[in-house]
Amino acid sequence: MLFSLSLSISPTTLTSSPRFKFHSCPHVLPPTPKPPPPRLRASSQAHHVILHDNGTVAGAGAPVEENILPAGLRRESMPRHVALVMDGNRRWARIRGLPVGSGYEAGVRSLRSVVELCCKLGIRVLSVFAFSSENWFRPQAEVEFLMELFERGMRDEMGSLLRENIRISVIGDSSKLSRSLQELITRTEETTKTNCGLQLIVAVSYSGQYDIVQACQKIALKVKDGLIEPNDINESLIKQELETNCTEFPYPDLLIRTSGELRISNFLLWQLAYTELFFAQSLWPDFGEVEFLEALQAFQQRQRRYGGRDF
Amino acid sequence: MKVFLGDLVLIQGSIMKKDDRSRINCIFENFVTFLRKCTFCVLSVGPIPEHIAYIMDGNRRYAKKQNLIEGTGHRVGFLALMSMLKYCYEMGVRYVTIYAFSIDNFKRRPEEVQSLMDLMQEKIEGLMEEESIVNRYGVRVHFLGNLKLLSEPVRLAAERAMVATANNSKAVLSICVAYNSTNEIVHAVEKACEEKWEEISLLNASGSGYGLIGLECIEKDEGENLIKLIDIEKHMYVSVAPDPDILIRTSGETRLSNFLLWQSAYCYLYSTPVLWPEIGFRHLLWAILNFQRNHFYLEKKRKQL
Repeated sequence: MLFSLSLSISPTTLTSSPRFKFHSCPHVLPPTPKPPPPRLRASSQAHHVILHDNGTVAGAGAPVEENILPAGLRRESMPRHVALVMDGNRRWARIRGLPVGSGYEAGVRSLRSVVELCCKLGIRVLSVFAFSSENWFRPQAEVEFLMELFERGMRDEMGSLLRENIRISVIGDSSKLSRSLQELITRTEETTKTNCGLQLIVAVSYSGQYDIVQACQKIALKVKDGLIEPNDINESLIKQELETNCTEFPYPDLLIRTSGELRISNFLLWQLAYTELFFAQSLWPDFGEVEFLEALQAFQQRQRRYGGRDF
Repeated sequence: MKVFLGDLVLIQGSIMKKDDRSRINCIFENFVTFLRKCTFCVLSVGPIPEHIAYIMDGNRRYAKKQNLIEGTGHRVGFLALMSMLKYCYEMGVRYVTIYAFSIDNFKRRPEEVQSLMDLMQEKIEGLMEEESIVNRYGVRVHFLGNLKLLSEPVRLAAERAMVATANNSKAVLSICVAYNSTNEIVHAVEKACEEKWEEISLLNASGSGYGLIGLECIEKDEGENLIKLIDIEKHMYVSVAPDPDILIRTSGETRLSNFLLWQSAYCYLYSTPVLWPEIGFRHLLWAILNFQRNHFYLEKKRKQL
């Protein structure tokens, strides 16, 4: 039997005040309205994020108080690092008779909503597989559209990133990206590097095998330069050279892939050694709060033994 | 309820003698085998995976569920493995890889580890017998992992098994023992670096290293030319087989647990809630059907590009 963990949870929500402005796109039909999720129980205390004068946020990355977590989720079992394979944008567009670009733009909206959720739930790191090394083989027009979408998104969301105290890191083989995009990435990473809220790692022109190979190349140089011997090479050394060394928590606790595809597709291979995998049936543009909370709840029910202790 | 007691079988309260049981079992087995082969014929209309990998999870849970003494779950699991291998080789799957014992499993209680090592040694020696499955299907056996971590009797048994089956060429069974993927990658990187270093040293010593000396000056491409993906891949333990087409994990867990991380980049990941000792033909059939459905979908997607 195919697994896709569909657990029913009592519908809850977080406060809904969209932080990100939505791009208008003439090609996108308004999404089918979902029924408004019921509100959370009112808590006796108001929980605020305090913005200091110097722009840092008090308690950023600190846990959200227990009584405003959606029902069924436990603070102590919240994953620190969630990874996403955002699959299904093109299928979503095809089903609606829309151009492929509309699917990607709808996907961007989904991403915004998940980023917002992660901020509120106190998840520390969110990695997203935006563009894989293999995606370069897609039709040229589609690749150009994606690059432009990425560039536009990064430029336009700078304000939101700063307000939400989000740190951006981009991993992948940036040599294949346009110069303007490379510069934008450098600027964005630089501008947000002191933010201490959610760290959003965007994998562009990335693959897990590429990451391991580039780590090995750096290690090979060190061997060649006599800094280390081949038998000094260990897991810790490789971990330090992987591109996920930009974060304190490089190994995802949970990987979510949408659209029902049951594969990793060359994303974060080394880092996924003990990651819980969750395969959602929804297409990425349809993946929202309910689906994300479902994934988190499924994660919290898993027993992680790491090959060791008894169940 | 059926209970095997040596040569006697107690079936629903009546005891049957060995001869009658053998005859009936033989007829039944032949019939079931015939049905199975018919099913494989039908299945072979679609793509049959060349390589299936198994994470055989759930043995301890099975023992607990059935109130068996500790260690029995793994013994029953071994029987399940033999059945699954039979089905795979009958179906024409050329490569099977199993996650028998992870490096992380050494963290378990010493008594459990010892019991698993004893079981492995016993079963490895069993594989060498004439009527064993490896000889019946012409299976070459590889033991893949950091074998130095194994106790000497087990390691020697494994090495003997590899030598004894080296001439078998119809199928391959890769048994990952004292294995985990990150350890495999570290080993592959170490070997790739050693190999490159030896190459460079030899070339420099013979005076024909001018090309590489030139290379040293090219800072930007230095790293890229030293190690390539192919250099790492060829030193992987599991390079004896192509990448798996399906990775089946039993017991409902949905994670790789440090198994074939590199090789499962594009693999179809199939998780089934059945515990490993309970896995049977129907689970494999269902996994293959899903693989075939996904394969057709992917082919269609590739054509659309």
